[in-house]
Amino acid sequence: MMQKTVIEVSHLYKDYQTAAGPFPVLKDVNLRIESGDYVAIMGPSGSGKSTFMNILGCLDKPTKGQYVLDGHAVATMEENDVAGVRNKTIGFVFQGFNLLARSSLLDNVALPLVYSGIEKSERHARAKVLLEKVGLAKHIHSRPNQISGGQQQRVAIARALVNKPSLILADEPTGNLDSVTSEEIMALFGQLNQEGITIVLVTHETDIAEHAKRQVRFLDGKIVQDTRTHASQVLDSEIMP
Amino acid sequence: MFSAMLGEAWHAMSANRLRTFLTMLGMVIGVGAVVLMMAIGQGAEAAVKRSINAMGSNLFVVLSGPPNVGGARSATGNAPSLNVKDANAINDLDGVIGVAPVTMGKAQIVFGSNNWNTDIIGTTPSYLDVRAWYLTDGYAFSDSDIRSATRVALIGKTVAQNIFGDDIDPVGKTIRIKQSPFVVLGVLDSKGQTLDGRDQDDTIIVPLTTAQRKLFGNQLPGSVRQIIVQAESDKTMTMVEDGLNSLLNQRHNIREGADSDFSVRNLTAIANSAAETTRTMSLLLGAIASVSLLVGGIGIMNIMLVSVTERTREIGIRMAIGARQRDILMQFLLEAIMISIVGCLIGIGIGVAGAILVSTFTQAEVIVSSNSVIIAFSVAASIGVFFGFYPARKAAMLNPIEALRYQ
Repeated sequence: MMQKTVIEVSHLYKDYQTAAGPFPVLKDVNLRIESGDYVAIMGPSGSGKSTFMNILGCLDKPTKGQYVLDGHAVATMEENDVAGVRNKTIGFVFQGFNLLARSSLLDNVALPLVYSGIEKSERHARAKVLLEKVGLAKHIHSRPNQISGGQQQRVAIARALVNKPSLILADEPTGNLDSVTSEEIMALFGQLNQEGITIVLVTHETDIAEHAKRQVRFLDGKIVQDTRTHASQVLDSEIMP
Repeated sequence: MFSAMLGEAWHAMSANRLRTFLTMLGMVIGVGAVVLMMAIGQGAEAAVKRSINAMGSNLFVVLSGPPNVGGARSATGNAPSLNVKDANAINDLDGVIGVAPVTMGKAQIVFGSNNWNTDIIGTTPSYLDVRAWYLTDGYAFSDSDIRSATRVALIGKTVAQNIFGDDIDPVGKTIRIKQSPFVVLGVLDSKGQTLDGRDQDDTIIVPLTTAQRKLFGNQLPGSVRQIIVQAESDKTMTMVEDGLNSLLNQRHNIREGADSDFSVRNLTAIANSAAETTRTMSLLLGAIASVSLLVGGIGIMNIMLVSVTERTREIGIRMAIGARQRDILMQFLLEAIMISIVGCLIGIGIGVAGAILVSTFTQAEVIVSSNSVIIAFSVAASIGVFFGFYPARKAAMLNPIEALRYQ
């Protein structure tokens, strides 16, 4: 069974400009992620995993190297087109939920559709479906500060899904949640992956990473380990040379 | 998408009502001041223009004198150096469409038990045309009244009020001027005050010959105090003035270089300078008011900069989920424009209300023209764009990663 490639990163370098000259953060990173996979990116702070995540999410550009996301050569794209990729191809889930405090849950979930130029009635219809899916149908007119952290993260997940992205990028999605709620959120991710959605999540907690089918470990700007959980049925994807 | 953004802008504005209101206040005061000041300035201009029109347009007045008796010169208007023949000659000049010789004086008038002292103007029927002065009642005297020096009179509004009161119709009644009976032929329309505040309606007009022979006497038969000359148009004024000077110099045998025994005054020029003064004043008022508009604009910029900083994280979120730079730019620009336009609308309301208050409490004429409203509105909208652009651009240029990390 041949899988479609969602992410293909080859020979990726990232330097930060400091007063003392360029400081390398990512050194020759290569990674391929197929459609339907569920990958946990791990590593201690300073290992470069957050920088890598930012590049995967098209929020930052590599200094050198190729990054192809769902067929788009992102590294060489115009800023406006990159915004389009963020809008349609990627769904973000953040540690701090990052919902708009003044807007209702419905408007929060529908917000990405505003930037896709979709009509209000359809925006609300689609947002409603997703809020039902994450179990918040009763709260669609509430404000983020009226619901719990776990519920806020569900709203954020609904927002990430609303534009039918090829990829969900989750940056420490359970970092601000207690263990019970974390389990619930991870169960939701597992369910979404079952439905065929590709998920990449960044975490430093091993038990969270266990939920994924594949664990990629960063250290000092390089991938040092790439393993699969035994239960995984996905085809092996080896580290590229 | 645009309507969604308008909604967002409205949302952002109503999220911090007091701040939005205070920011708007700068705009409200600025626009209100511009509208009010322009209304007052335009009112003053209109008042001046009306007095000019009331005077008659394109007028010269030729005054007799100053007489030069053995080197001692006395006031203009006192020498009997102009006469009716001069007036007839002037009438034949090119570019002249009306001539009215005038002699005048003061006299006591009586009707029944009422009496009044007023200006008596002796002149020809053309005086009414030249001064653009019409009758509200009755009819004017004619050339035959001039020929036979009949005792008829046209009376001004103020005179009619004072000797007839409201109840009696003056037309056809007989009044006494300096003891002689005069029949009132007509009542003059109200002219209001001159620029220097003289009541033009406190006047009686009688035939020139009647005034000369039967009221004021005369040192020289046929002499008049002044001749009012109306030029055909603005453009012929200079030509007529030159013509008047050379004609009268020639008729009065004034040698080249010698003092004339008459003087020609351009009434329109005096009036125009008065109009110019009010124009300058209203411009000045507008300019001062515009400064407050500018200050209002700076206030908007200030608050928008604060707002961008406060909402840095929100901007980061929006960028992460796919907002383009121009979406962010538009969002903040729209907010600034909305604040200034709403402020402007309130300001126009307050300016108009202020203008109405001023006109009720001071009786001063105040005109709110659609022009001034349109100008104030478009200036306010452009201020919104101008002062909103820098903060909006600052927001759009934020780095999404840093914006997301911002606490």
